[in-house]
Amino acid sequence: MTMTLRALLGATAALALTGMAMAETTEITVATVNNGDMIRMQGLMDDFYAKNPDIHVNWVTLEENVLRQKVTTDIATKGGQFDVLTIGTYEVPIWGKQGWLVSLDDLPEDYNKADLLPAIAGGLTVDGHLYASPFYGESSMVMYRKDLMDAAGLTMPDAPTWTDIEKAAAAMTDKSKEQYGICLRGKAGWGENMAFLTAMSNSFGAKWFDMDWKPQFDQKPWADTLAFYLHLMNDYGPPGASNNGFNENLALMQQGHCGMWIDATVAASFVTGKDSTVADKMAFALAPDNGLGKRGNWLWAWSLAIPAGTQKEAAAKAFVNWATNPAYLELVASKEGWANVPPGTRTSLYANAEYAKVPFAKMTLDSINAADPTHPTVDDVPYVGVQFVAIPEFAGIATEVGQQFSAALAGTTTAADALAAAQELTTTEMTKAGYIK
Amino acid sequence: MARKPTPAAKTTVTLLAWTIGFLIFFPILWTVLMSFHSEGDAIKSPVEMLTSVWSFESYAEVQTRSNYGLHFFNSVVISVGSTLLALAIAIPAAWAMAFVPGRRTKDVLMWMLSTKMMPAVGVLIPMYLGFKNMGLLDSRLGLVAVMTLINLPIVVWMLYTYFKEIPGEILEAARMDGASLRSEIVYVLTPMALPGIASTLLLNVILAWNEAFWTLQLTTHDAAPLTQFIASYSSPEGLFYAKLSAASTMAIAPILILGWFSQKQLVRGLTFGAVK
Repeated sequence: MTMTLRALLGATAALALTGMAMAETTEITVATVNNGDMIRMQGLMDDFYAKNPDIHVNWVTLEENVLRQKVTTDIATKGGQFDVLTIGTYEVPIWGKQGWLVSLDDLPEDYNKADLLPAIAGGLTVDGHLYASPFYGESSMVMYRKDLMDAAGLTMPDAPTWTDIEKAAAAMTDKSKEQYGICLRGKAGWGENMAFLTAMSNSFGAKWFDMDWKPQFDQKPWADTLAFYLHLMNDYGPPGASNNGFNENLALMQQGHCGMWIDATVAASFVTGKDSTVADKMAFALAPDNGLGKRGNWLWAWSLAIPAGTQKEAAAKAFVNWATNPAYLELVASKEGWANVPPGTRTSLYANAEYAKVPFAKMTLDSINAADPTHPTVDDVPYVGVQFVAIPEFAGIATEVGQQFSAALAGTTTAADALAAAQELTTTEMTKAGYIK
Repeated sequence: MARKPTPAAKTTVTLLAWTIGFLIFFPILWTVLMSFHSEGDAIKSPVEMLTSVWSFESYAEVQTRSNYGLHFFNSVVISVGSTLLALAIAIPAAWAMAFVPGRRTKDVLMWMLSTKMMPAVGVLIPMYLGFKNMGLLDSRLGLVAVMTLINLPIVVWMLYTYFKEIPGEILEAARMDGASLRSEIVYVLTPMALPGIASTLLLNVILAWNEAFWTLQLTTHDAAPLTQFIASYSSPEGLFYAKLSAASTMAIAPILILGWFSQKQLVRGLTFGAVK
């Protein structure tokens, strides 16, 4: 009887202690996208728990578009389901202005805010306040087959023009061998073909809106952009390109069907990775220009932000500081090698002699530095954003415009009709939204 | 008198049925086949993929990265719970509509069906706010409630159709023998309509299991079912086909097995009353 009583008392005490320990643990929910760097971070959580034993992280990993819809609904309704959000450079300026995000100006000193790459930090800062901390940054660049260029007797300049690209695409195309000179995004969507075409249009001097927010698809620079894109894709691109996004082009490139691919710098690690049949034949160059002072590259950063209204701000900040601190880059390097460190966020990373040995490191930095979200194109514009316009209406409008341009690539409409439709629908939406009086 | 089909006609029809069946099943078959290959092999041509090395690599990674058990448990609770609750509400409702119809019964039935005609996203914000205010976000109870409401019109309609096939005289006889309303429904009507109720149950479990809008929008972690488990393996930047296929196979396997074992019941129930 005494034994039983002792056992019961012991069990009760153990339960009480466990309960106390659990009560002291703060649980935070982190919403994130499914990409290699984010998944790698989830595998390194032991380091976070060792440093923050009183915080437990619940992960919600979702496909980018599902995550965007879900997180937008939650933050707009102040649902409070998430304590840390993974968002991009498109959302940060809009949500920061709305007061939906917590300022990260007070992160600890070892976070070293001054070390962030200026182009990336600029895209995440609203009215002088940092509203999201970059986890990885990317631009776009030319990834090409050096062996095919050599065979054609051509050399790709480090900073090519669109004329260089056209010449290289023509030389590398051999459709009888299913070898296409160039692969570009054709699938409709604001983050698909319109990300590429908007960035490309900047180098042609085109812009989405003039200073009075009047759409500019009826102007010559947009006509030149679309005509050149269609010429490249129709003459040197793969069949069915209007359905190709990042992953489809990645598969084509990895299997040796593309001579060139202009897309996200993050793709460099994939085309030189173990699944690529052309890993040792790849070389890189800056996105092309047209001699107008702007290159056709974009700027994007997946960043961690804290929604205003979270009840666990201190724990959320501890997590953001850990995941985007310079020490995290060293942690990844020590466990997985420098090539797997999240790129494009910190100046110190590119000053590191070990990281400089990664084949695409310098080109990634140069590409990021070549993009300026506050002055994206040749003329002055009233908006911020290189491959997007940071206004809430953009995603909807650009997806519709993307459908028109994708149809032109598929051959179901002409370039002139696609541009006319884009001009009309953008004017209608911008008038409805009150930008055009 | 109907003419007996010739052997050639029989063979043609059989072949046609198998071809259609195979075409319908092909996406599932291809998903399963892809799941046993590496990401690099999964994007190759079909012949190259099938002749490449087979492995459990994708399943191993999915198991390491996700808590399958929690998602599976949530799916079971949400689909079975919502179906049982819907049946408890729908059986008396369908009885009333089938055996004691009023002047507006047809209109009520049509109105119920009309709630299925609105795109779900149209009520996302009010639903989300309602769930937030009631503290039901990311809860199994909330999901059971919403899935019950979503599937209730279909459950009522299906049961109404089955009940209409049962002669009212049998229920009248039970009443004359002194059966109460409850006894009439529980001991007379329900056993007679069991095939219909069973097929309704199975179909609604499948519908609730596969529902991927509300289950993704209203859950985050604790109540997230298998739909979120699948959604976490899609990516716009990077290869994911093999892992996504492995996750999909693991998610649909339980419901496929359930469907396989109950196919006779399902077909019998679905064709119940088809020939009058």
